[in-house]
Amino acid sequence: MKIAIIDYGMGNIHSVAKAIQSCGGEPVVTGKKSELDAADKIILPGVGAFDDAMAELNRLDLVGAILEQVRRKKPFLGICLGMQLLLEKSQEAKTHQGLGIISGEVVKFGAKSGLKVPHMGWNDLKIVAKDSPLLNGIDSGSQVYFCHSYYPQPADKSVIAATCAYGVEFACILQKDNVYGVQFHPEKSQSAGLKIIRNFVSLC
Amino acid sequence: MLSKRIIPCLDIKEGRVVKGVKFLGLRDAGDPVEVAKIYDQQGADELVFLDITASFENRKTLVELVEKIAGNIFMPFTVGGGIGEIGDIRNLLNAGAEKVSLNTQAVKFPELISTAAKRFGSQCIVVAIDAKNQGDHWEVFINGGRTPTGIDALAWAEKAARLGAGEILLTSMDFDGTKDGYDLELTRAITQKVNIPVIASGGAGSLEDFYNVFTKANADAALAASLFHYQEFSIGQVKNYLKEKGVPVRLA
Repeated sequence: MKIAIIDYGMGNIHSVAKAIQSCGGEPVVTGKKSELDAADKIILPGVGAFDDAMAELNRLDLVGAILEQVRRKKPFLGICLGMQLLLEKSQEAKTHQGLGIISGEVVKFGAKSGLKVPHMGWNDLKIVAKDSPLLNGIDSGSQVYFCHSYYPQPADKSVIAATCAYGVEFACILQKDNVYGVQFHPEKSQSAGLKIIRNFVSLC
Repeated sequence: MLSKRIIPCLDIKEGRVVKGVKFLGLRDAGDPVEVAKIYDQQGADELVFLDITASFENRKTLVELVEKIAGNIFMPFTVGGGIGEIGDIRNLLNAGAEKVSLNTQAVKFPELISTAAKRFGSQCIVVAIDAKNQGDHWEVFINGGRTPTGIDALAWAEKAARLGAGEILLTSMDFDGTKDGYDLELTRAITQKVNIPVIASGGAGSLEDFYNVFTKANADAALAASLFHYQEFSIGQVKNYLKEKGVPVRLA
Protein backbone atom coordinates (compact mmCIF):
# COMPACT_ATOMS: atom_id res chain seq x y z
CA MET A 1 0.00 0.00 0.00
CA LYS A 2 1.80 3.12 -1.27
CA ILE A 3 1.06 6.18 0.83
CA ALA A 4 2.27 9.51 -0.45
CA ILE A 5 3.21 12.01 2.26
CA ILE A 6 3.20 15.46 0.74
CA ASP A 7 6.54 17.16 1.34
CA TYR A 8 6.12 20.91 1.12
CA GLY A 9 8.63 22.04 3.69
CA MET A 10 6.18 22.26 6.60
CA GLY A 11 7.88 20.03 9.13
CA ASN A 12 7.71 16.64 10.78
CA ILE A 13 7.46 14.49 7.64
CA HIS A 14 9.90 11.99 9.09
CA SER A 15 7.70 10.99 12.04
CA VAL A 16 4.68 10.47 9.81
CA ALA A 17 6.69 8.33 7.38
CA LYS A 18 8.02 6.18 10.22
CA ALA A 19 4.57 5.71 11.68
CA ILE A 20 3.20 4.63 8.28
CA GLN A 21 6.05 2.19 7.94
CA SER A 22 5.45 0.68 11.36
CA CYS A 23 1.78 0.25 10.44
CA GLY A 24 2.59 -1.79 7.35
CA GLY A 25 2.31 0.95 4.73
CA GLU A 26 4.92 2.04 2.24
CA PRO A 27 5.53 5.77 2.72
CA VAL A 28 6.56 7.87 -0.26
CA VAL A 29 7.68 11.34 0.80
CA THR A 30 7.13 13.52 -2.21
CA GLY A 31 6.33 16.90 -3.67
CA LYS A 32 5.71 15.52 -7.17
CA LYS A 33 2.33 15.29 -8.88
CA SER A 34 3.27 12.07 -10.65
CA GLU A 35 3.97 10.36 -7.34
CA LEU A 36 0.69 11.57 -5.85
CA ASP A 37 -0.94 10.08 -8.89
CA ALA A 38 0.85 6.76 -8.43
CA ALA A 39 0.09 6.49 -4.69
CA ASP A 40 -2.86 4.55 -3.26
CA LYS A 41 -3.45 7.12 -0.55
CA ILE A 42 -2.26 10.58 0.35
CA ILE A 43 -1.36 12.27 3.62
CA LEU A 44 -1.04 16.03 3.99
CA PRO A 45 0.92 16.65 7.19
CA GLY A 46 1.89 20.08 8.42
CA VAL A 47 3.14 22.15 11.29
CA GLY A 48 3.40 25.93 11.17
CA ALA A 49 1.40 28.81 9.80
CA PHE A 50 -1.62 28.53 7.47
CA ASP A 51 -0.51 31.25 5.04
CA ASP A 52 3.01 29.81 4.69
CA ALA A 53 1.60 26.34 4.07
CA MET A 54 -0.79 27.48 1.34
CA ALA A 55 1.94 29.64 -0.21
CA GLU A 56 4.22 26.59 -0.38
CA LEU A 57 1.50 24.36 -1.89
CA ASN A 58 0.89 27.07 -4.49
CA ARG A 59 4.58 27.54 -5.20
CA LEU A 60 5.03 23.80 -5.72
CA ASP A 61 1.92 23.83 -7.90
CA LEU A 62 0.30 21.13 -5.78
CA VAL A 63 -3.13 22.63 -5.09
CA GLY A 64 -4.65 21.46 -8.38
CA ALA A 65 -3.04 18.04 -8.00
CA ILE A 66 -4.45 17.58 -4.50
CA LEU A 67 -7.95 18.60 -5.58
CA GLU A 68 -7.71 16.24 -8.56
CA GLN A 69 -6.71 13.27 -6.36
CA VAL A 70 -9.51 14.03 -3.92
CA ARG A 71 -12.01 14.22 -6.81
CA ARG A 72 -10.82 10.81 -7.92
CA LYS A 73 -11.83 9.50 -4.48
CA LYS A 74 -8.35 8.57 -3.34
CA PRO A 75 -8.27 8.22 0.48
CA PHE A 76 -6.80 11.44 1.83
CA LEU A 77 -5.75 12.31 5.38
CA GLY A 78 -4.86 15.77 6.66
CA ILE A 79 -2.94 15.95 9.93
CA CYS A 80 -2.94 19.02 12.23
CA LEU A 81 -2.24 22.03 9.98
CA GLY A 82 -2.76 19.65 7.04
CA MET A 83 -6.31 19.14 8.28
CA GLN A 84 -6.93 22.86 8.72
CA LEU A 85 -5.90 23.45 5.10
CA LEU A 86 -8.83 21.26 3.99
CA LEU A 87 -11.23 24.03 5.02
CA GLU A 88 -12.07 27.22 3.14
CA LYS A 89 -10.30 29.76 5.30
CA SER A 90 -8.60 30.42 8.63
CA GLN A 91 -8.61 33.23 11.17
CA GLU A 92 -4.85 32.78 11.22
CA ALA A 93 -4.51 33.55 7.49
CA LYS A 94 -4.09 37.06 6.16
CA THR A 95 -3.53 36.35 2.50
CA HIS A 96 -4.46 32.80 1.56
CA GLN A 97 -7.64 30.76 1.24
CA GLY A 98 -7.60 27.08 2.15
CA LEU A 99 -8.15 24.14 -0.18
CA GLY A 100 -11.91 24.36 0.36
CA ILE A 101 -12.45 20.60 0.25
CA ILE A 102 -14.56 20.89 3.40
CA SER A 103 -16.66 24.02 3.83
CA GLY A 104 -16.17 26.06 6.96
CA GLU A 105 -13.35 27.90 8.64
CA VAL A 106 -10.53 27.50 11.12
CA VAL A 107 -10.82 29.60 14.29
CA LYS A 108 -8.63 30.38 17.29
CA PHE A 109 -9.31 29.21 20.82
CA GLY A 110 -10.86 32.14 22.67
CA ALA A 111 -8.78 33.80 25.35
CA LYS A 112 -11.37 32.83 27.96
CA SER A 113 -10.14 33.17 31.51
CA GLY A 114 -7.97 30.26 32.49
CA LEU A 115 -7.81 28.70 29.03
CA LYS A 116 -4.20 28.28 28.07
CA VAL A 117 -3.37 28.48 24.40
CA PRO A 118 -1.88 26.44 22.71
CA HIS A 119 -4.00 23.43 23.67
CA MET A 120 -1.09 21.14 24.41
CA GLY A 121 -1.06 17.59 25.63
CA TRP A 122 -3.19 14.44 25.84
CA ASN A 123 -6.94 14.87 25.66
CA ASP A 124 -9.98 12.62 25.23
CA LEU A 125 -11.70 11.81 21.97
CA LYS A 126 -15.48 11.80 21.91
CA ILE A 127 -16.50 9.66 18.97
CA VAL A 128 -19.46 10.87 16.96
CA ALA A 129 -19.21 8.71 13.83
CA LYS A 130 -19.12 5.30 15.49
CA ASP A 131 -18.95 3.45 12.17
CA SER A 132 -16.05 5.50 10.74
CA PRO A 133 -13.47 3.08 9.31
CA LEU A 134 -10.74 5.43 10.55
CA LEU A 135 -11.90 4.90 14.13
CA ASN A 136 -12.15 1.14 14.10
CA GLY A 137 -11.13 -0.02 17.59
CA ILE A 138 -11.00 3.53 18.97
CA ASP A 139 -13.47 4.33 21.74
CA SER A 140 -14.61 7.57 23.29
CA GLY A 141 -12.18 8.40 26.07
CA SER A 142 -9.12 7.29 24.08
CA GLN A 143 -6.46 9.94 24.52
CA VAL A 144 -4.39 11.48 21.74
CA TYR A 145 -1.75 14.19 21.61
CA PHE A 146 -2.81 17.71 20.67
CA CYS A 147 -0.59 20.70 20.03
CA HIS A 148 -2.47 23.58 18.39
CA SER A 149 -4.00 27.04 18.82
CA TYR A 150 -6.64 26.86 16.06
CA TYR A 151 -9.38 24.36 15.36
CA PRO A 152 -11.78 23.67 12.49
CA GLN A 153 -15.40 24.76 12.46
CA PRO A 154 -17.01 22.92 9.56
CA ALA A 155 -20.21 24.43 8.13
CA ASP A 156 -21.84 21.03 7.78
CA LYS A 157 -21.79 19.35 11.19
CA SER A 158 -22.32 15.93 9.64
CA VAL A 159 -18.63 15.82 8.66
CA ILE A 160 -17.62 15.76 12.34
CA ALA A 161 -16.43 12.25 13.23
CA ALA A 162 -15.11 13.08 16.71
CA THR A 163 -14.87 16.00 19.07
CA CYS A 164 -12.66 17.02 21.96
CA ALA A 165 -13.38 19.35 24.87
CA TYR A 166 -11.04 22.24 25.63
CA GLY A 167 -12.95 25.31 26.75
CA VAL A 168 -15.29 24.51 23.87
CA GLU A 169 -16.23 21.21 22.32
CA PHE A 170 -14.42 21.34 18.99
CA ALA A 171 -14.26 19.05 15.96
CA CYS A 172 -11.02 17.07 16.09
CA ILE A 173 -11.72 14.44 13.43
CA LEU A 174 -13.45 15.29 10.16
CA GLN A 175 -14.63 12.86 7.55
CA LYS A 176 -16.16 13.71 4.20
CA ASP A 177 -16.38 10.80 1.78
CA ASN A 178 -12.78 9.77 1.10
CA VAL A 179 -11.29 12.74 2.93
CA TYR A 180 -10.26 12.58 6.59
CA GLY A 181 -8.71 15.17 8.85
CA VAL A 182 -7.32 14.88 12.37
CA GLN A 183 -6.41 17.89 14.50
CA PHE A 184 -4.13 15.88 16.81
CA HIS A 185 -0.91 14.06 15.95
CA PRO A 186 -1.62 10.34 15.46
CA GLU A 187 2.07 9.81 14.69
CA LYS A 188 2.85 11.03 18.21
CA SER A 189 -0.07 9.44 20.04
CA GLN A 190 1.45 6.09 20.90
CA SER A 191 -0.86 3.08 20.54
CA ALA A 192 -4.13 4.99 20.00
CA GLY A 193 -2.51 7.09 17.29
CA LEU A 194 -0.90 4.13 15.58
CA LYS A 195 -4.26 2.36 15.54
CA ILE A 196 -5.77 5.28 13.63
CA ILE A 197 -2.86 5.26 11.19
CA ARG A 198 -3.19 1.50 10.76
CA ASN A 199 -6.89 2.00 10.03
CA PHE A 200 -6.01 4.56 7.37
CA VAL A 201 -3.38 2.26 5.87
CA SER A 202 -5.87 -0.59 5.61
CA LEU A 203 -8.77 1.45 4.21
CA CYS A 204 -9.98 0.15 0.87
CA MET B 1 -10.28 16.57 29.99
CA LEU B 2 -6.75 17.68 29.21
CA SER B 3 -4.36 15.49 31.20
CA LYS B 4 -1.56 16.74 33.37
CA ARG B 5 1.69 15.53 31.81
CA ILE B 6 4.59 13.63 33.34
CA ILE B 7 7.85 14.20 31.49
CA PRO B 8 11.18 12.45 32.08
CA CYS B 9 14.22 14.47 31.03
CA LEU B 10 17.36 12.93 29.57
CA ASP B 11 20.72 14.68 29.41
CA ILE B 12 22.55 13.93 26.18
CA LYS B 13 26.25 14.30 25.50
CA GLU B 14 27.65 13.49 22.06
CA GLY B 15 24.56 11.50 21.25
CA ARG B 16 24.62 9.43 24.46
CA VAL B 17 22.59 9.56 27.67
CA VAL B 18 24.65 10.79 30.60
CA LYS B 19 23.91 10.83 34.34
CA GLY B 20 23.44 7.08 34.42
CA VAL B 21 20.03 5.66 33.86
CA LYS B 22 19.71 2.53 35.96
CA PHE B 23 17.20 0.17 34.50
CA LEU B 24 17.32 -3.52 35.01
CA GLY B 25 17.69 -5.37 31.74
CA LEU B 26 18.68 -2.35 29.75
CA ARG B 27 21.35 -3.50 27.33
CA ASP B 28 22.82 -0.06 26.85
CA ALA B 29 21.86 2.56 29.40
CA GLY B 30 23.62 5.18 27.28
CA ASP B 31 21.48 4.62 24.21
CA PRO B 32 18.83 7.36 24.08
CA VAL B 33 16.57 5.22 21.90
CA GLU B 34 16.56 2.32 24.35
CA VAL B 35 15.90 4.59 27.31
CA ALA B 36 13.16 6.41 25.38
CA LYS B 37 11.50 3.08 24.60
CA ILE B 38 11.39 2.20 28.29
CA TYR B 39 9.74 5.51 29.15
CA ASP B 40 7.36 5.03 26.25
CA GLN B 41 6.34 1.66 27.71
CA GLN B 42 5.95 3.18 31.17
CA GLY B 43 3.47 5.66 29.75
CA ALA B 44 5.46 8.89 29.81
CA ASP B 45 3.48 11.67 28.14
CA GLU B 46 6.46 13.34 26.53
CA LEU B 47 10.23 13.28 26.71
CA VAL B 48 12.76 16.07 26.91
CA PHE B 49 16.28 15.59 25.54
CA LEU B 50 18.76 18.16 26.70
CA ASP B 51 22.00 18.28 24.76
CA ILE B 52 24.60 19.36 27.29
CA THR B 53 27.49 19.47 24.82
CA ALA B 54 25.61 21.90 22.67
CA SER B 55 28.51 22.65 20.38
CA PHE B 56 28.30 23.56 16.75
CA GLU B 57 30.03 20.34 15.63
CA ASN B 58 27.54 18.41 17.65
CA ARG B 59 24.50 19.67 15.75
CA LYS B 60 24.64 16.96 13.12
CA THR B 61 24.88 14.23 15.74
CA LEU B 62 21.85 15.69 17.48
CA VAL B 63 19.77 15.78 14.30
CA GLU B 64 20.72 12.18 13.56
CA LEU B 65 19.75 11.22 17.09
CA VAL B 66 16.39 12.94 16.76
CA GLU B 67 15.74 11.02 13.54
CA LYS B 68 16.58 7.77 15.28
CA ILE B 69 14.32 8.51 18.25
CA ALA B 70 11.43 9.59 16.03
CA GLY B 71 11.80 6.40 14.03
CA ASN B 72 11.44 4.24 17.11
CA ILE B 73 8.97 5.88 19.46
CA PHE B 74 5.68 7.48 18.59
CA MET B 75 5.33 10.05 21.32
CA PRO B 76 6.07 13.76 21.45
CA PHE B 77 9.50 14.91 22.48
CA THR B 78 11.33 18.19 22.92
CA VAL B 79 14.98 18.84 22.16
CA GLY B 80 17.01 21.59 23.77
CA GLY B 81 20.56 22.73 24.42
CA GLY B 82 22.42 25.53 22.70
CA ILE B 83 19.89 26.11 19.95
CA GLY B 84 20.32 29.56 18.46
CA GLU B 85 19.73 29.36 14.72
CA ILE B 86 16.50 29.15 12.77
CA GLY B 87 18.22 26.51 10.62
CA ASP B 88 18.88 24.34 13.71
CA ILE B 89 15.24 24.60 14.71
CA ARG B 90 14.05 23.64 11.24
CA ASN B 91 16.42 20.66 11.06
CA LEU B 92 15.39 19.34 14.47
CA LEU B 93 11.67 19.70 13.73
CA ASN B 94 12.03 18.10 10.32
CA ALA B 95 13.94 15.23 11.91
CA GLY B 96 10.90 14.49 14.08
CA ALA B 97 11.13 16.55 17.26
CA GLU B 98 7.73 17.89 18.30
CA LYS B 99 9.18 20.95 19.97
CA VAL B 100 12.49 22.70 20.49
CA SER B 101 13.50 24.37 23.71
CA LEU B 102 15.35 27.71 23.65
CA ASN B 103 17.18 29.11 26.64
CA THR B 104 20.41 31.17 26.59
CA GLN B 105 20.10 32.26 22.97
CA ALA B 106 16.51 33.40 23.50
CA VAL B 107 17.59 35.59 26.42
CA LYS B 108 20.40 37.08 24.34
CA PHE B 109 18.32 37.45 21.19
CA PRO B 110 14.62 37.52 22.11
CA GLU B 111 13.66 38.02 18.44
CA LEU B 112 14.69 34.38 17.95
CA ILE B 113 11.43 33.47 19.70
CA SER B 114 9.22 35.60 17.46
CA THR B 115 10.99 34.58 14.27
CA ALA B 116 10.76 30.89 15.15
CA ALA B 117 7.14 31.11 16.31
CA LYS B 118 6.12 32.89 13.14
CA ARG B 119 7.94 30.39 10.99
CA PHE B 120 7.08 27.12 12.71
CA GLY B 121 4.14 28.02 14.97
CA SER B 122 4.09 28.79 18.69
CA GLN B 123 3.13 25.22 19.53
CA CYS B 124 6.66 23.96 18.86
CA ILE B 125 8.63 26.73 20.57
CA VAL B 126 9.40 26.10 24.25
CA VAL B 127 11.29 28.71 26.23
CA ALA B 128 13.30 27.24 29.09
CA ILE B 129 13.89 29.51 32.07
CA ASP B 130 16.39 28.77 34.85
CA ALA B 131 15.37 30.94 37.79
CA LYS B 132 16.94 31.63 41.17
CA ASN B 133 15.40 33.26 44.20
CA GLN B 134 17.04 36.63 44.97
CA GLY B 135 14.92 37.58 47.96
CA ASP B 136 12.34 39.88 46.47
CA HIS B 137 12.31 38.38 42.97
CA TRP B 138 13.54 35.47 40.84
CA GLU B 139 16.46 36.10 38.53
CA VAL B 140 17.02 34.43 35.16
CA PHE B 141 20.33 32.59 34.75
CA ILE B 142 21.81 31.45 31.43
CA ASN B 143 24.65 29.25 30.19
CA GLY B 144 23.46 26.24 32.14
CA GLY B 145 22.81 28.26 35.28
CA ARG B 146 26.30 29.77 35.40
CA THR B 147 25.60 33.34 34.32
CA PRO B 148 23.22 35.75 36.07
CA THR B 149 21.40 38.11 33.74
CA GLY B 150 19.77 40.66 36.03
CA ILE B 151 16.48 39.82 34.31
CA ASP B 152 13.38 39.20 36.38
CA ALA B 153 11.99 35.72 35.68
CA LEU B 154 8.33 36.80 35.76
CA ALA B 155 8.94 39.64 33.34
CA TRP B 156 10.94 37.35 31.07
CA ALA B 157 8.24 34.65 31.06
CA GLU B 158 5.64 37.25 30.14
CA LYS B 159 7.83 38.65 27.38
CA ALA B 160 8.61 35.19 26.00
CA ALA B 161 4.89 34.39 25.84
CA ARG B 162 4.18 37.69 24.15
CA LEU B 163 6.90 37.00 21.56
CA GLY B 164 5.21 33.73 20.68
CA ALA B 165 6.58 31.00 22.98
CA GLY B 166 4.07 28.17 23.18
CA GLU B 167 5.27 26.78 26.49
CA ILE B 168 7.56 27.59 29.40
CA LEU B 169 9.93 25.00 30.85
CA LEU B 170 10.58 26.43 34.29
CA THR B 171 13.48 25.17 36.38
CA SER B 172 13.99 26.31 39.95
CA MET B 173 17.73 26.47 40.53
CA ASP B 174 17.09 26.63 44.27
CA PHE B 175 15.10 23.41 44.35
CA ASP B 176 16.82 21.44 41.58
CA GLY B 177 18.51 18.36 43.03
CA THR B 178 17.13 18.87 46.55
CA LYS B 179 14.23 16.37 46.31
CA ASP B 180 12.32 18.75 48.58
CA GLY B 181 9.55 19.16 46.05
CA TYR B 182 8.93 21.60 43.23
CA ASP B 183 9.21 25.33 43.89
CA LEU B 184 5.50 25.96 44.32
CA GLU B 185 5.86 29.68 44.91
CA LEU B 186 7.87 30.26 41.74
CA THR B 187 5.72 27.95 39.65
CA ARG B 188 2.52 29.58 40.88
CA ALA B 189 3.90 33.05 40.16
CA ILE B 190 4.71 32.05 36.56
CA THR B 191 1.47 30.17 35.85
CA GLN B 192 -0.45 33.22 37.07
CA LYS B 193 1.58 35.49 34.83
CA VAL B 194 1.33 33.69 31.49
CA ASN B 195 -1.48 32.13 29.50
CA ILE B 196 0.58 29.33 27.97
CA PRO B 197 1.35 25.89 29.42
CA VAL B 198 4.09 25.67 32.06
CA ILE B 199 6.29 22.63 32.73
CA ALA B 200 7.63 22.66 36.30
CA SER B 201 11.12 21.28 36.84
CA GLY B 202 13.52 20.80 39.73
CA GLY B 203 13.03 19.22 43.12
CA ALA B 204 10.72 16.24 42.64
CA GLY B 205 11.35 13.73 45.41
CA SER B 206 8.01 12.19 46.35
CA LEU B 207 4.64 11.33 44.87
CA GLU B 208 3.08 14.18 46.79
CA ASP B 209 5.41 16.67 45.11
CA PHE B 210 3.72 15.95 41.79
CA TYR B 211 0.28 16.35 43.35
CA ASN B 212 1.27 19.67 44.90
CA VAL B 213 2.74 21.22 41.78
CA PHE B 214 -0.41 20.41 39.79
CA THR B 215 -3.00 21.37 42.39
CA LYS B 216 -1.26 24.15 44.30
CA ALA B 217 0.80 25.79 41.56
CA ASN B 218 -1.34 25.01 38.50
CA ALA B 219 1.51 23.50 36.49
CA ASP B 220 0.47 21.77 33.25
CA ALA B 221 3.30 19.28 33.29
CA ALA B 222 5.95 18.08 35.72
CA LEU B 223 9.44 17.15 34.66
CA ALA B 224 11.84 14.91 36.56
CA ALA B 225 15.11 13.19 35.79
CA SER B 226 16.98 11.23 38.43
CA LEU B 227 13.78 10.22 40.22
CA PHE B 228 12.78 8.22 37.16
CA HIS B 229 16.24 7.25 35.99
CA TYR B 230 17.06 5.64 39.32
CA GLN B 231 13.63 4.05 39.44
CA GLU B 232 12.66 5.57 42.73
CA PHE B 233 9.25 5.77 41.13
CA SER B 234 7.97 4.59 37.81
CA ILE B 235 5.86 6.88 35.65
CA GLY B 236 2.94 4.49 36.23
CA GLN B 237 3.27 4.80 40.01
CA VAL B 238 3.19 8.58 39.82
CA LYS B 239 0.18 8.53 37.53
CA ASN B 240 -1.78 6.02 39.56
CA TYR B 241 -1.19 8.09 42.67
CA LEU B 242 -2.36 11.26 40.92
CA LYS B 243 -5.39 9.51 39.46
CA GLU B 244 -6.44 8.32 42.91
CA LYS B 245 -6.16 11.87 44.18
CA GLY B 246 -8.38 13.14 41.38
CA VAL B 247 -5.76 14.73 39.13
CA PRO B 248 -6.50 14.09 35.43
CA VAL B 249 -3.74 11.90 33.99
CA ARG B 250 -3.44 9.56 31.06
CA LEU B 251 -3.07 5.94 32.07
CA ALA B 252 -1.40 4.00 29.27
